[in-house]
Amino acid sequence: MPAPEEALSARNVTFSGHGEAPVNAYEALPAGDGPFGGVLVVHHLPGWDSATKEITRRFAARGYNALCPNLYARQGFDVDTDDAAAATRQAGGIPDEQFVGDAAGAVAALRALPTSNGKAAVIGYCSGGRHAFLTAVSLDIDAAVDCYGAFVTGTPPEGFPLRVTPLVDRTPQLACPLLGLFGNDDQFPSPEQVDELEAALRAAGKTYEFHRYDGAGHAFFNVDRPAYRAEAAVDGWRRIFEWFDRYLAGG
Amino acid sequence: MCSYLTVPTDIAGSAKGEPGWFAVTSAQVYFDHPFHAPFDHTLNIDFTDPSRGPGARVAVELSAESARRLVASIEAALAAAGPAAR
Repeated sequence: MPAPEEALSARNVTFSGHGEAPVNAYEALPAGDGPFGGVLVVHHLPGWDSATKEITRRFAARGYNALCPNLYARQGFDVDTDDAAAATRQAGGIPDEQFVGDAAGAVAALRALPTSNGKAAVIGYCSGGRHAFLTAVSLDIDAAVDCYGAFVTGTPPEGFPLRVTPLVDRTPQLACPLLGLFGNDDQFPSPEQVDELEAALRAAGKTYEFHRYDGAGHAFFNVDRPAYRAEAAVDGWRRIFEWFDRYLAGG
Repeated sequence: MCSYLTVPTDIAGSAKGEPGWFAVTSAQVYFDHPFHAPFDHTLNIDFTDPSRGPGARVAVELSAESARRLVASIEAALAAAGPAAR
């Protein structure tokens, strides 16, 4: 539920991830007793950075318990975020199985918060968009948002260094409503790949809503980069909050 | 876009970074989102010694145009050095 005063608190926490491994995470909680829905925020390929933590705080300001795990935690808690991202990239990325285990731990941590209303959603950006979809076809959650996630559909190019495979075949297992936000100038995912995902969702009879923005490419939410598109980002934030307000209410 | 593509190469030499001077054995070259430079995409090079952990890294993020100029400068310097650089 919205917290109109936008008061919040944030801190670093640790939870149990895949294989019981400790994973550090950035937690932002609204002021007040709740109950609040939970949002798992999945960072992009450059890692557990300040921009994604700012997004995490924004969800708390709106009235959601928000948790952003460091998906590169296995490089060490005391390693600089950018170094951890580079080392993970060099190692071929993180395996899907490990991500799902970490996401399951994060969702459990959100639901275990004393102010939780028992509901949880996922949102991810860029590579995190694919992770959001992966979460939604793997775990029992209440809503998902995929922001320009590449390789949900489409085959990675030859020589691709990361362990990434398409997920579209798992669309029938999608367990919750999916909101997708995409830029029409994006190449990964291209508009045709977004079409393919939409066709799969329709064929499987899933609840979804896609919004595609002209004049926007990849990463149009990223306020620190030339890719930022105010019109798309402002409308996108509105759609995200409407989605979560609809599917995370009550409990 | 996320290019994701990485072109690695083995190297021999040293670099100076957080741990001070250290031997570098690998260079990861990729064109993708930068961590720090104010561009959508940059040509990124990580000079690393993976055996020393993630912190043994010297990173640069260059605009595409400046990366091409750098390539030309490296080629020019090697050419000017003559036999010593063969």
